[in-house]
Amino acid sequence: MGIATLEPMPDVEKLKLNRRSSRHLRLFEPGLVKQAILRSIVMLDPRIQARNPVMFLVEGGALLTLMVVIESIATGADLGLILYQIALAFLLVLTVLFANFAEALAEARGKAQAKSLRDTRRLTTASRLGDDGEIELVPSNELKSGDRVIVEAGAIIPADGEIIEGAASVDESAVTGESAPVIREAGGDRSGVTGGTRVLSDRIIIEITAEPGASFLDRMIALVEGARRQKTPNEIALAIILAAFSIVFLIVTASLYPMARFFDVTLDVPTLVALLVCLIPTTIGGLLAAIGIAGMDRALQANLVAKSGKAVEVAGDVDTLLLDKTGTITLGNRRATRFTPMPGVDEHELARLAALASLADLTPEGKSVLELARRDFAVDSNAPDGSQFIEFSAQTRSSGVNLPGGLSIRKGAPDTLAKAALAAGHEIPENYQPIVDAIARDGSTPLAVSRDGQIVGVVTLEDILKPGIQERFLRLKRMGLRVVMVTGDNPLTARSIADRAGVDDFIAQATPEAKLAYIRSEQAGGKLVAMMGDGTNDAPALAQADLGVAMNSGTQAAKEASNMVDLDSDPTKLIEVVEIGKQLLMTRGALTTFSIANDLAKYFAVIPAMFVEFAPLSSLRALDVMGLASRGGHQSAILSAVIFNAVIIPLLIPIAIKGVAYRPVGASALLRRNLLFYGLGGVVAPFLGIKLIDWIVDPILSVLGLA
Amino acid sequence: MDITWIHPFWALLLPVALAIPLGRFMASVLDPPPERAGHGFDRLTHWALHALGRSKPQAMDWKAYGRAFLIFNLTLFVLSFLALEMQTWLPLNPDGKGSLAAHGWKDASGTMHENADTAVIFNTVCSFVTNTNLQHYSGEQHLSYFSQIGVVMWLQFVTPACGLAVMLAVIRGLRGDRNLGDFWHDLVRSLLFVFLPLALVVAILLAASGVPMTFSGAADATSLEGVHAPIARGPVASFVAIKQLGTNGGGFFGPNSTHPFENPTPFSNLVEIVSIILVPMATIFMFGRMIRDAKHARVLFLVMLGMLLLGMFVAIGAELGHGPAVKGVAQGPLLEGKEVRFGPIASATWAAITTATSNGSVYAMLDSFQPYGGLVPMSLMMLNVDYSGVGSGFLNMLMFVIATVFIAGLMVGRTPEYLGRKIEAREVKLAMASLLVHPLLIVTGTALFAATELGSKSVANPGPHGFSEILYEFTSASANNGSGFEGLADNTPAWNIGTGIVLLLGRFPSMILPLAIAGFLAEKKYTPPSLGTLPTDGVTFGATLAGVVLLVGALSFMPAVVMGPVADGLSRQAAPESPIPAQTAEPGSVQSQSKDAH
Amino acid sequence: MKRDVITSLSACLGTLVLCSVVYPFVVWAVAQIAFPWQAQGSLIVRDDGTIVGSSLIAQSFKGPGYFHPRPSAVDYKADASGGSNLAPTNPQLTELMSTQAAAEGATQSLHLPVDLATRSGSGLDPHLSVEAAKFQVERIATARGIDALALAQWIDRRADHSWWFLGAPPRVNVLELNLALDGKTTSRE
Repeated sequence: MGIATLEPMPDVEKLKLNRRSSRHLRLFEPGLVKQAILRSIVMLDPRIQARNPVMFLVEGGALLTLMVVIESIATGADLGLILYQIALAFLLVLTVLFANFAEALAEARGKAQAKSLRDTRRLTTASRLGDDGEIELVPSNELKSGDRVIVEAGAIIPADGEIIEGAASVDESAVTGESAPVIREAGGDRSGVTGGTRVLSDRIIIEITAEPGASFLDRMIALVEGARRQKTPNEIALAIILAAFSIVFLIVTASLYPMARFFDVTLDVPTLVALLVCLIPTTIGGLLAAIGIAGMDRALQANLVAKSGKAVEVAGDVDTLLLDKTGTITLGNRRATRFTPMPGVDEHELARLAALASLADLTPEGKSVLELARRDFAVDSNAPDGSQFIEFSAQTRSSGVNLPGGLSIRKGAPDTLAKAALAAGHEIPENYQPIVDAIARDGSTPLAVSRDGQIVGVVTLEDILKPGIQERFLRLKRMGLRVVMVTGDNPLTARSIADRAGVDDFIAQATPEAKLAYIRSEQAGGKLVAMMGDGTNDAPALAQADLGVAMNSGTQAAKEASNMVDLDSDPTKLIEVVEIGKQLLMTRGALTTFSIANDLAKYFAVIPAMFVEFAPLSSLRALDVMGLASRGGHQSAILSAVIFNAVIIPLLIPIAIKGVAYRPVGASALLRRNLLFYGLGGVVAPFLGIKLIDWIVDPILSVLGLA
Repeated sequence: MDITWIHPFWALLLPVALAIPLGRFMASVLDPPPERAGHGFDRLTHWALHALGRSKPQAMDWKAYGRAFLIFNLTLFVLSFLALEMQTWLPLNPDGKGSLAAHGWKDASGTMHENADTAVIFNTVCSFVTNTNLQHYSGEQHLSYFSQIGVVMWLQFVTPACGLAVMLAVIRGLRGDRNLGDFWHDLVRSLLFVFLPLALVVAILLAASGVPMTFSGAADATSLEGVHAPIARGPVASFVAIKQLGTNGGGFFGPNSTHPFENPTPFSNLVEIVSIILVPMATIFMFGRMIRDAKHARVLFLVMLGMLLLGMFVAIGAELGHGPAVKGVAQGPLLEGKEVRFGPIASATWAAITTATSNGSVYAMLDSFQPYGGLVPMSLMMLNVDYSGVGSGFLNMLMFVIATVFIAGLMVGRTPEYLGRKIEAREVKLAMASLLVHPLLIVTGTALFAATELGSKSVANPGPHGFSEILYEFTSASANNGSGFEGLADNTPAWNIGTGIVLLLGRFPSMILPLAIAGFLAEKKYTPPSLGTLPTDGVTFGATLAGVVLLVGALSFMPAVVMGPVADGLSRQAAPESPIPAQTAEPGSVQSQSKDAH
Repeated sequence: MKRDVITSLSACLGTLVLCSVVYPFVVWAVAQIAFPWQAQGSLIVRDDGTIVGSSLIAQSFKGPGYFHPRPSAVDYKADASGGSNLAPTNPQLTELMSTQAAAEGATQSLHLPVDLATRSGSGLDPHLSVEAAKFQVERIATARGIDALALAQWIDRRADHSWWFLGAPPRVNVLELNLALDGKTTSRE
């Protein structure tokens, strides 16, 4: 028999959406922008820049340029040259500021996001239960792991913990945004409570499980705060590639000076610095930190608290998803859809008997039998006075009612009732077993109904797939994921539901051990496995899985064993997690490609301009395919390239923060699409951009007479 | 009937047709399954290794394999250094050649330094041990037959075999074998089953078409007009065969395969051009067979072929142009430095093929190529992945594959993986280090020599073309190619030592680093591909790879190339049309004793 | 480590024997037996046994009655071969070509075939294009007192078209032409 979920199901999706949009900040929220601007100036500190080799190089270049400016002034160089060099120095500093701004903005958004969660931690007074049973009032931030507190109805739960005594309905809307209260009780898989939520009824004793400042939320907040952010392995690998490119470009530009000596040409050092800054991957270098922070931020927006940045990345790599059937694939409960009477029994009569047997059954299944009988057969469903209701028990595996007239009606497991019928000396109708089997084969649950021991028919309880679940699985398949359904059902039922939902595999009659074994065998085949769980007995599997997501409602053990906690306790969240992970990696890849592809145009802008005034190489003017600097002299071309290089950073902040959209179209098609946008686009965009900037800068320079 | 345009088709289609079966054959004989090792044909290996006391293969990890490779190369270095140093006292010297070091060198002011110049021996040994064959001496003038056969030709056999061995080890790592194989077994098998039999066939074909194979000294001829002139000859056929097959390229004679004795007829020419690219092409098919992913290997093959085609197309186009020198004087595409029996199309085809592979033999003087014609061989060496050296070319391409897989993998939203194994920071670091070396050597070397008299006084041609000569020399040395813009007076201690160091650094890091990567990848878990995995066997991946190679190449070398061949080409367009009277050096001035001839 | 060094030394010895003794000996033996003339350098020998040259190697012809080969950057030294290595953009090359054109009697209206104006890569190119040979017909005919038209047709007949299907251009061998002009009897050694 299915276990009914106690979770209320009113328009959850809609509520969640509301909450998310309320937490969704505008990209350039004025308050955050102001904060970020201030921070970007503070970040000019070379000690902070040293964390980012690319931008550190830019800052060094700016310093070198400034020194050349001082030298030019001291030696009384041409005013035009001095102004040009000053302009370059200014633009280089601006480039660093823009990169700082991107990081600071992402950080500010992350912090704002985290703050909205942290605000739920209002400082409250907790009633701490001493060893001697005395109650002591302490501020909630002084609670340590292991402390026991008593929370009465109406009070705020002071910190994360586990209920060790009692049960209560809790309003978790402060954390999850869902207004409907949930039941939390000691001893089961729903014993976890979160600080900041409110107890609505009853009285519970909670054991605190988090040290002050070390709750999941605190960890998450640390993750979005740049200073304490650790680079993920993937970020490190990318940083190596960026550093390698920077070294190549450093050597290439530095060697231009001696190479030009072959032609007795002495190149202008600030121009070389400008070329260097244009070439090194400043775009991705400036946005890399922002992308990482924004990824965490997106997770947080989805009410996912990741324990590390790596967890989000791993999500993008997951090959196999273990999803619980109930609540994820099917609606939480089975519904009666059909009455199949035995020979000689009227269908209407069967409906009436089944309805009577279900009157006291408050499980959703029981209600659905009643509903079906009322709707399709207009059964009057009031029990006669004096009816005696029989509760479901594990021994009898049936429930029912004894009517005042002595009539006993039972409904229950087909084999149990059949045995009872035989024992009572009744005959089992010939087509009974085939009907039962056929229903089971279809993935439904047969429920037998007997009248005075005599079997009168079978009720079909069907598992109803969640609307749209097939489409979601199709999407997952196109992403390359294998979906595995985990269910307590027998293999026959499980297969049928698996087929209907379109999952790739299933674990039937799943025990925690079976889950663990399945995960291990997948991993032995080189697959990365993600699963979601809530119970203490899920903990080993959660720990074994490459990505374990615990429901916030789950036990402390489950939460400890997993990499992420879902505040919504929404079983479908895994799908979202995968997309967030992929988006994070894609954004990095796309912006790296864009950044490098940009360099081609910059060569075509800077190199002709650099050599045009020197006779032996002046023929290189022919390379100026953009037709830059037609009036104001060659400096305009170089300035335009540097301006483009600087301005592109803030222009790409929206992509860095929102992420490149993931589409489940298969890896090759996705690559083609991104290459077209960010690769080819990266080649073409700067040609247009630099030309456009030059179109403005060139006349200005010519008016100033700096040419 | 003029069908000279047909040559490039022969030069490409024939080797492709032969490389496919050869690649299969190589996979089966060089990487025999354990139960077949030492049986049948492979008994030869067993006997040979028994003589070395190594008949049982040892399971080597990347460190052990790399150590064996390095120790063997060090031994090669020492022995060949000694042999060249002692040339005078060694046998097979019918023309009484003195020590290679005793030739002395001319400095920038033209003063001759007669003293022993050990630097040229250092350079020569570096050059041959690294499978490069950059020659700062001239074969027929300075080397005895013993040095040609016992040092140069020996190294021309064993160094490509070393490259092939390391490639085999890397492939085993990529497919997940923790045991990368036994270096000595791979070395012996490569020689016994690939290089020796192929060389034998090619040598006999060449001898048939007129390449000399004699141990007699120079023939003393008296011309029809009564001039006495010795005609240098020697055991050329055996030498030229392995020179071409092993991506060596070092000529028996100074001007390499332009010399009629090295390449007498259009037929010998086809044999040689096929030999140049045959083994490098076959290794790619061998790779596909060994990893049991023929489609992935085919993609790599086609990317390489595409770049080669592009290079050939540009080079042929450039060489069919007339250039300013021809204007008003003569008729037809410029043939300076080219042979009549080959003509401009075949010459440009060879130039592309010899530099795409890391062969470097020439049959037209590249210094006299048109600016953009000379740009092609230079660019192909800068990329250094286009089939390239036996083994080493694949390894270079592998580094680009890893970089591509990383970026492309990110773009499809997965931690990048290659052949089912995750590419992480350690692999990326090693691959980037390997990729960095090449531009670093070329650009810093060129900068150092171009800025000083070391370079500026060695160039033979004025202006950007002179710069190109310096750039080309370093590119060729770093790419372990060995061709050159031969006008450069590079037999000076500075050039010999400078390029010698570049040769070593261009070879060994780019062999050891991929070996380490393969070793690390072998230890990783295999992830079977899914729909979300970036497929490495399709058009998309191939195009991405080609894009990455070309973009990285362009970004690393564009400034240098722009100052050399591009400025040369652009200034040519701007040059005045009428012939300019010259008052520079005496006509026909050549540094015949100091050319990287090949 | 020590074992590697020992293996390395014995591998050197083994490969040396294989690659530098066995292999060249086999090639030498086959070449000497199957193609003895080619193996010795395609030498052309007078009746008295003196060597005229190699049919594959250009030699200097200065007299007006001989076909002139392509100019050589190494003065046809067959033991010190090489090219000029002059770049197309080098004014010196233009100057050299102008000098050569004047020496061969080219004019503004009658351009010199380019192969006769340029140095080959080896300096020993034994061939000329058919056009370059015909360019010299007038001079040779005058010097030898023979009919120019007949000489031109004779060149056509002697032109080497072999391997045309590999893309080889038609060409003539200068030494062989000159020998034939002289009517000298020579043998292949």
